[in-house]
Amino acid sequence: MSGGAKLPVRVAEVVEVNELIKRFRFVSRDGSDLPAFSGGAHVVVEMDDHGTRRLNPYSLMSDPEDRSAYEISVRRDDQGRGGSLFLHRHVKPGMEFVLSHPMNLFPLDNRARKHLMIAGGIGITPFLAQIAQLSHFSGKFELHYSARSKPLGAYMDRLSSAHPGKVHCYFDNQSQQINLKTLLATQPIGTHLYVCGPKGMINWVLSTAESMGWPKLALHHEEFLAPGTGKPFEVQLAVSGKTITVGTAQSLLEAMEAAGVDAPYLCRGGACGQCETNVHKCDGTILHRDHWLTPEEHAEGCKIMPCVSRFEGKTLVIER
Amino acid sequence: MKTSLTPVDAPSIRSRPVYAVLESRPASLHLIVADGEGADAVVEMLDKANDRSGMLAAAHVMYTPGPDGADHGAALEAIGAAQFFRAPTIPSLLPRLQRVLLDAHMGTQFYLAGTEGLIGQAEREIMNTGFPHVAIQKEHRGSTVRRVQCVHCKGITENVATDPFKCSHCGLNLFVRDHYSRRIAAFQGVNIDAEDPGKVPESVVRFK
Ligand code: FES
Repeated sequence: MSGGAKLPVRVAEVVEVNELIKRFRFVSRDGSDLPAFSGGAHVVVEMDDHGTRRLNPYSLMSDPEDRSAYEISVRRDDQGRGGSLFLHRHVKPGMEFVLSHPMNLFPLDNRARKHLMIAGGIGITPFLAQIAQLSHFSGKFELHYSARSKPLGAYMDRLSSAHPGKVHCYFDNQSQQINLKTLLATQPIGTHLYVCGPKGMINWVLSTAESMGWPKLALHHEEFLAPGTGKPFEVQLAVSGKTITVGTAQSLLEAMEAAGVDAPYLCRGGACGQCETNVHKCDGTILHRDHWLTPEEHAEGCKIMPCVSRFEGKTLVIER
Repeated sequence: MKTSLTPVDAPSIRSRPVYAVLESRPASLHLIVADGEGADAVVEMLDKANDRSGMLAAAHVMYTPGPDGADHGAALEAIGAAQFFRAPTIPSLLPRLQRVLLDAHMGTQFYLAGTEGLIGQAEREIMNTGFPHVAIQKEHRGSTVRRVQCVHCKGITENVATDPFKCSHCGLNLFVRDHYSRRIAAFQGVNIDAEDPGKVPESVVRFK
């Protein structure tokens, strides 16, 4: 089945971390240990939002050694498609959910001499699990974490007191910014860099590092894209022989699933490559929104990532 | 994100190292390690560099003559790098490299040129810091003699020219494979007359 085997879980705890972020703790329904994961992994949470099926990826933030529960932190996005609003408004302890198995698209490279982590806002979550993991074997790390303001800097106090000297905090409302060039120029050889946060921050960090001679393979980033909204469009599915309409707040992947087509996926955020689909005919423009396909592949238009990308134009026929 | 590696001709076996032409890349330090005719590859790269003087001002060059005696050190020294170090042999060059790596920062570019023995052993030192080995530039020049590990006694024989050859440690007749270990920085040598002791094919010079 697409997305792999599922984990039936129950919500054990919901904690308000700050005015924008809530933390959810999931335990298995039969009380058994959950599958092991590694820092940086995420799960896809399946939600039934009053009849609308939502599947959103969230990074696991709990200690990977603790298999009694999985924890995620969710930032409320009032402008989003509704997944985070549903979790914030309607999810209470005791409710049952289905999760995907953990999947890691943002693992630590344990050959590194040192791990340099740069987080922006809710992008802190994968680092919480990675730092817990590194702490078990005294792995060397340094975290630079920016938030809009002190009250919105989730887990900053906990991290700073647990890892004195290793956690550096920055606040936008005090016009503090990471001194990136100096930071990148002073890292020992063999350091790997990890960045998770808003798109602008990721691009800034990666392009600065590359221009300073950091090799691509020492640069790791994670960015889940929400599928985003757009104009409705029609798609012909060549293999299933169906024609479907993708709604404004729906992704192409979700529209296929709603039509009973079992399409492959893992991350549902344009990152993993699992949903890659061949385009048979395209009379119009594919609105590529993934960061899996290369810029050349985007220009060619022979492939589409249905979890995030859309279409505008006359006809789109895909192999599914 | 997909990562793409430098496209190269398909090797005979997956672990067989492949080499490309050195090119200057942006860096705060250019660490250049060469032996024998590898010096020529470095000189040629610098001739093509956009910012030759800038590169030289931030370059640290380590050189040793090749296993066949090829010594192009004078030409390499003459390019005028900020630091030039000449070692008599590879084993006497490596401690210098290890020392420099202790203080090196990300933003360093690595350029290795010359024989596979030199390239492999320098690569191993750099790789041991956690630096991704595919980001280390390597250009093969000069002698093709191999550094071979006997898979039976684990001893390493330097500068192997013939195939098969006698292990310099345990004396077994070894067939030289293309199977390469980055961790050991050596090709693998496997006993060729294990089933029929004494039935050893005639040794030919395969590496010069
Ligand atoms: S499901 Fe991962 S890229 Fe679409």
